[in-house]
Order: sequence, then C-alpha cells, then structure tokens
Amino acid sequence: MKLKKNIATSEAGFVFNPATGDSFAASPLAAEILELLKAGQAPAAIQASLLARYEVSASQLQRDWDDLMAQLHQFQLLES
Amino acid sequence: MSRRPLTVALTGLNATDSPGAGVAVARALRESPEYEVRLIGLSYEALEPGIYLRELFAKTYLLPYPAAGSQALLERLEYVQQQENIAVIIPNFDAELPHFIRLEPQLRAVGIRLFVPTLAQLESREKLNLSAFGTAHALPVPATHALRQATDLAVAAIALGWPLVLKGRYYEAQVVHTLAAAEAAFGQLAARWGLPLLAQQFVAGQELNVAGLADGRGQLLSAVPMRKLTITDKGKAWAGITLEDEGLTELARRFAAATQWRGGFELELLRTAAGEVFILEINPRFPAWVYLAVAAGHNQPAALLRLALGEGVGPFGAVAVGKLFVRYAWDMIADYTDFQRIAGIGEL
Repeated sequence: MKLKKNIATSEAGFVFNPATGDSFAASPLAAEILELLKAGQAPAAIQASLLARYEVSASQLQRDWDDLMAQLHQFQLLES
Repeated sequence: MSRRPLTVALTGLNATDSPGAGVAVARALRESPEYEVRLIGLSYEALEPGIYLRELFAKTYLLPYPAAGSQALLERLEYVQQQENIAVIIPNFDAELPHFIRLEPQLRAVGIRLFVPTLAQLESREKLNLSAFGTAHALPVPATHALRQATDLAVAAIALGWPLVLKGRYYEAQVVHTLAAAEAAFGQLAARWGLPLLAQQFVAGQELNVAGLADGRGQLLSAVPMRKLTITDKGKAWAGITLEDEGLTELARRFAAATQWRGGFELELLRTAAGEVFILEINPRFPAWVYLAVAAGHNQPAALLRLALGEGVGPFGAVAVGKLFVRYAWDMIADYTDFQRIAGIGEL
C-alpha cells in the first residue's frame, strides 16, 4: 500500500502520474493522505490520526480508506 | 560561444491536420546550441503552410513529386544548391526517403549531407514487413496479413478474428467489424493507396509514441515517450504529454540495436489494459510532434544535424516528464502574389 515514488503531488491537491500522463484532482483530505503516504507514514498511523481528528467511527473510516485505496490502485498510483 | 552559421533545407512543410514534421523540425533547429541555422523550405505543393511561415524559412522551393523519380529530384536539388549553398537536408516524408537515400552520394558530391537510414533499414520496418521484422528481432508486433485481393479478407479474419484493422500501405487505417464492412473498406483503401493492403489484429489500449534518434551503429541517442491526450479523427495527436517509462525507452533501444538505425524515427505503440506493449508502426523520420522532445530536453533535430556533419553526439540525459504540447490552427495571411510565385516560378 505504498504510493509509487515518482507520483507528483501539489499543495493544491493535484496528482500527476508520470508513467501514464494522467492527472487527478484530490480532495483536501485525500491530498493530505497522499502526502503522508508519500512521506512514508504507515497506513495504520495515518488512520489513527484521522480517527483522533474527525468524528468518524473506525468502521466508517476503514470503508472510506478501502475505497480510496481501491481508487489509487485503479489509477495505477500504488506500488503493486 | 557564438553559434556558427549554417544553411539547412527540409521538407514536410505541410503543417495540416495530417501534418508533416518540417515546421516542428525547423523550430527545433532554430534552437540549436551550436548553429545559427538559416532554413530553406522544400515543398511539393504551393499551399503547404510552412511556405508562408516567412519568419522560419528564408526561402522555399517546390520539388517534383516523388513519382517523378530520383533524377528529377536530383536536378532540382542541384539547382537549389547553386542558389543556397545548403550544408544539410533533413527529409521528413516517408514517400521521398528512398530517393534521398539513393541520391546520398550525388548530394554529398555537391556539398549536401544527409543522415538517413539505409534502404534495407527503410524496407525492414515497412508496414508489409513489420510482422516478420517483429518476429526476427523479438519485438512485439500484432499479427498481420497482406491482402492482395478482397477474397483474402475472409482468410485474414479467420486467422486474426474480428474486428480487424485494415491499413493502406503508406497511410490510413480503418477498424472493421464484419466481412461486409471489410469489403467496403478494402475497396476504398485500395482505390486510394493501391494494393496490397494489410489486415492487422485489433488490439485495444492506450496510444503511446516514442520519438527517437539513433547513430547508425546500434546506439540509441534519444527516446522521448509521449502519450496522446487528444486524437483527431485522422488518428493524429493534437495534444500529448511526455512520460517516464523505461520500458518504452528500452523498446526503442532494442529497435536501434537490432536495425543499426541511422537517423530519426517514431515508434507508434499501444499499451493494453494488461500492460502489454505492441508496436503498431515504425516511422522512418521524426514525428510532427518532435518539438515536444525539444521541450523535454532532447533536441533531436539539432543532434541529427551534428550527426549529418560528422560530429560526435553522445546519448541525451533524462527526459523532462510532464511536458505538454497542445497544437493549434492559425490562419496566416499571404498575398496572391506569394502564391503565384511559389505555384508559377516554384520559389518564394
């Protein structure tokens, strides 16, 4: 579940995959998660931080997390 | 260091919706670090847009069509040479290349250098030979059948399955899903481009291209991968972006090594959803989007100029990834007298 090293992210939430030429616009929260993944933070640590900061149940967070990871995988942004 | 003056002529001034590479090559040469290039245009028709780009081309001369043969081309180029003292010609059309290759010794004798593939290299990657070429060099090419008559279609369909891609020998392709549609397309393509045609296995995926330059001794000097972002109804890239893809560069390296390719080239590729890459076509010259390669740090036309002059050129470094080109149409204004001069006298 690691973001590919060459993926470019910007503060404005834009994501660029240099291997496919695809660009994406991420929501502020998704952009923050991508930055943390890119910095090498473990998914469990990121999820714990999100649970502490937002009013969300652990089960809902896990569903949203899985959904985001599925999208990142589909867009070829994750290491296989 | 000041740049040395040099006169260079080039063809492919047809910057139309199915563009030649001449205008892009001209822009690239203007940015040569070593040479202050004076450009001479060589055109086949009086309305090729590059003729009227007077800020790029100091002068343009009409050439006889390739069908007129090598001797007619040589006579015309000898005349142009008397006027312009050209050091290098960069041909940008597939159909004219055999003539330029044959004429290389005669052109050299009058002071004009070329850096073009050999006739054998040119023929090896022709559409008709591409399938055998892929097999011989372990390069991934979709299965292809030559079609010499309409009745060959049924045989090709059994071997390749539907849909099929029908291709003219030099230009144009149509995807057909039934035998009736294939027969209709066969008639149209044969009327336009002659026989044989080609039937190629249809492969779905993302269209990618690589602009390349090789030194004629098996070494790849530059490969710039590009993904088409906008495609015209003629299948041409109207916008594109440079990619980071070592796999595509490696494919170009294998092509250069296998063929000992001499000069510019373009690989037209397709990547399937499963990640397989197929070579659909290999063009024996720079593509019309080659100015994107300059933006990516690889001025391939300027490097080819040095190769033509016998100067050493080493491999380029990394490609700048994420550089975009977006083509546009622009209405230039000329006077009827300009048209009269190029159409009537053959010079402007």
